[in-house]
Amino acid sequence: MDIFLLFISAIFVNNILLAQYLGNCPYLGCSKEKSVAIGMGAAVLFVIVLATVITFLIQKYIMNPFQLGYLQTIIFILVIAALVQFVEMFLKKMVPPLYKSLGIYLPLITTNCAVLGVAILVQRKEFDLWTSFLYSIAASLGFLLAIVLMAGIRERFVVTRLPRSMQGVPSGLVMAGIMSLAFLAFKGMIA
Amino acid sequence: MIAESVVTLFGLGFVSASILSVASRLLAVEEDPRIEVVTEALPGANCGGCGFAGCEAYATAVLNDPNVPPNRCCAGGPDVAKRVAELTGKAAGEVEPMVAFRRCVKVEGKVAHKYDYAGATTCAGAKLLDGGPDACRYSCIGFGDCVRACPFDAMWIEDHLVHISPAKCTSCGTCVRTCPNGILELIPRRARVMVFCSSKDKGKAVKDVCEAGCISCGACVKKCPAKAIAIEDNRIVIDHKACLAYGPSCEEICVTTCPRSILRCLQPETVSAPPETEPAHIPEETHVVDLNA
Repeated sequence: MDIFLLFISAIFVNNILLAQYLGNCPYLGCSKEKSVAIGMGAAVLFVIVLATVITFLIQKYIMNPFQLGYLQTIIFILVIAALVQFVEMFLKKMVPPLYKSLGIYLPLITTNCAVLGVAILVQRKEFDLWTSFLYSIAASLGFLLAIVLMAGIRERFVVTRLPRSMQGVPSGLVMAGIMSLAFLAFKGMIA
Repeated sequence: MIAESVVTLFGLGFVSASILSVASRLLAVEEDPRIEVVTEALPGANCGGCGFAGCEAYATAVLNDPNVPPNRCCAGGPDVAKRVAELTGKAAGEVEPMVAFRRCVKVEGKVAHKYDYAGATTCAGAKLLDGGPDACRYSCIGFGDCVRACPFDAMWIEDHLVHISPAKCTSCGTCVRTCPNGILELIPRRARVMVFCSSKDKGKAVKDVCEAGCISCGACVKKCPAKAIAIEDNRIVIDHKACLAYGPSCEEICVTTCPRSILRCLQPETVSAPPETEPAHIPEETHVVDLNA
């Protein structure tokens, strides 16, 4: 039941994008087409899960024993950047079709604060490894859901007549705000 | 404490760098260096006119697949074909320069209006509503889907009719694929005659809705000495190869025969100059959706 609640709250109630406002660059930049949004969401899911597990182990076995908690941000950034590079090389060699579809998004994820955000959040919430793993999956599914919904709406904008001043990014930002408000309604779901 | 921090950071940095450098060796993917050279030789428009996803995809295919000719890049034309042939060691072959052509003279034909359209200002959207606001289902809807799709700014809308600048057109075919009514066609730049109508309706139906449209009477088909004209689905099809091969000795008899004057000599009539200001203008205010209604 706890796991179920963790999933529901991470996807809907505390959505990483719409409730915690992390990872807004790809949310606005890669949400013009559904296919692109799904690619980006899948890439983020893959990297978030991997990064959370690795940073968890580094925190537990390197930083905590030496009381280096204050270096958390810089060490996590270093690890995530290296990890994304490694994943890019690995996919290029081992799974070329996946690399081709994700290739352009992978380097972008290096600077995606949702990845760093989830890695730090699981430390703040003091989850164990298994819960961190599940939380990272749920949080990235929330990201995927939000970006795909956004892409679906923005695809409709293409065939809708908008005032010139609202075309493009302005309508995207307004939509992001409205979606965020809509997701606030989930707050009452879990006490 | 400072020492521990420095050692940890350097240590982690060193470990990450080592893993990455080992990985870059182990996971190195050997890429054909010629792909980059061929890609650079291409115009980089990624228009898809060659039938591949982009310039790099075409470069990879032309290098690896013996059946892909080096002259598929229509945006680059003969010069690029020659360069790609040199780089790949394939025979360049001849490239017939093509140009996009609009088979519709809606304004001249005073095409009847079926209904006032108020909705998404795209041709594809308008077409969904009973084939569009014009009485002719094969006329230019004029919302400029092709203008937006054209990667080379070679089209513009005037009087709800698309115009093409042959000087800018690279014959990539993007507009042809975009037009929901199929009124755009790629024809050889040297083409001598062309029919300015793309209706597939029968003669009477065309007469009812357009003063200029082709009624598929077949007079031109009978008169053409080169046998270059045919009627398919009530629409005139011209075999430009046969027409050009026959040459001007026929004195364009098809043009003089056509009772509706819808078959016309192409040069220099087709070359319509682009307007001096804002070539890609799309009239957005023509069909206004009343948001307050």
